[in-house]
Amino acid sequence: MRRVVVTGIGVLCACGKTREEFREALRYGRSGIGQIDPNVLGDTRFRNGGVIPGFNISDHMDPKQADMIDRFAQLAVVAAREAVAHSGIEWTPELRDTTAIITGSCVGGQSTEDQGFYDVYKTGKPRVHPMTIPKTMANAGASAISLEFGITGPVFTIATACASSAHAIGQAVSLVRSGMTDVVITGGSEAPFSYGILKAWEAMRVVSPTMCRPFSKDRTGMILGEGAAMLVIESLEHALARGATPLMEIVGIGMSSDAHHITQPSAEGAARAVRRALADAGLAPCDIQYVNAHGTGTSVNDVTETRALHQAFGDHAPRLAVSSTKAMHGHTLGAAGALETAAAILSMTSGFLPPTINYNVPDPECDLDYIPNETRTMEVECAISNSFAFGGLNAVVALRRI
Amino acid sequence: MSDEMNLLEPVAAETDELTRSVLRIIAETQRKEPDQVKIDSTFEELGIDSMDGVNIVFALENEFDINVPDDEVKNIRTIRDMVEGARRLVAERIARTGEAPSA
Repeated sequence: MRRVVVTGIGVLCACGKTREEFREALRYGRSGIGQIDPNVLGDTRFRNGGVIPGFNISDHMDPKQADMIDRFAQLAVVAAREAVAHSGIEWTPELRDTTAIITGSCVGGQSTEDQGFYDVYKTGKPRVHPMTIPKTMANAGASAISLEFGITGPVFTIATACASSAHAIGQAVSLVRSGMTDVVITGGSEAPFSYGILKAWEAMRVVSPTMCRPFSKDRTGMILGEGAAMLVIESLEHALARGATPLMEIVGIGMSSDAHHITQPSAEGAARAVRRALADAGLAPCDIQYVNAHGTGTSVNDVTETRALHQAFGDHAPRLAVSSTKAMHGHTLGAAGALETAAAILSMTSGFLPPTINYNVPDPECDLDYIPNETRTMEVECAISNSFAFGGLNAVVALRRI
Repeated sequence: MSDEMNLLEPVAAETDELTRSVLRIIAETQRKEPDQVKIDSTFEELGIDSMDGVNIVFALENEFDINVPDDEVKNIRTIRDMVEGARRLVAERIARTGEAPSA
């Protein structure tokens, strides 16, 4: 089976508009959470979100190009550009024709759709914008990246809610392993800050009125975030043949469905995905040193994920270093799997592990080492990144340094 | 006015109008027969999980024109908590707006 490596990373989120800004935020445990635009929030009960500070699309693309796509697709393109530049890939006609793009998104361009619905239902306008359909479609990000680079290989999008981009990475790894393609641009993007979407999250009563405090007993829920993370992944041979420096090997993918409940997670389902990732990687539980947790900061997720790690790692669980970086960048939904895989790679390749910030009070039901508040200097060989979605769909990415 | 007093008076029985309304709404959202939901029924008996609870509260908010804060939803453990919580929030709304109760 062909080995798969990451050679480029592009990131945009609340705590970093570039890969290196993101790495420094992780290194110093710097939160990017702030107030969502009051004009968007309206009467929404929560105020805070992971908004990308000072992001102006006109710095990145001409207005005509920007007008054709929703913000989530704009973010996808900007992150993909950074990832491609980082990888050092030089496009040839053949490479453009074989490269794949697999993205993940949860809400896609629903902000655009929300505006269209507002226009017709609320203001009584007789028409919505003609680009509403193509701007809303979840694959718009993948298509925009395809147009950006002239890539004509397999291009598609996976929608598995908060595991979307983790599943996308899994599919990308499969394509490279199988030999169907040498290079894939994969990841996810999300831009959920629209009134209708925020009200829908408010109705679920899972969003914190204050801060995201993963695994802390006084946690009060998740914080939504916007962002994008794209990875260039390729076969090890392809990377080495073109003189690229592999950043990290993706050694395993584990996927499962809870078949339990549409919103309540199951520890068994999550543990199954973790075990499958380890088996796929050929790793033993004791090989894993770091877990980038799903760690949403909701009462249910954090307890269930802790139980799942106990089930999957057994005696080794107390020795794992576990952190949720969502406290810094918010829950970026469909982008989360890729953003947090990127967080793990950027940290591991710089000799540290990012902390779980905002951690106040130990919870007897969350009894692992969550790297509370302080960054840890540590050389780590192997790690996993967890993503557990509504709908009970789980995806775990296993990483090994190379 | 006497109706309003009845409505706001805590009672153990299932005879007052507000209690009957809450039980009916729970039955409707849970797709149960009305007589299956009693004030002392447990969530376990009715198969009510946390998402069902959020859905019931949504229906109660709409029915009684009240807003239930997230903190209060987290503390709901029983059907009686729902009935008494709705009663208190309806009373607060009436005190605030002077409106007659809608249920």
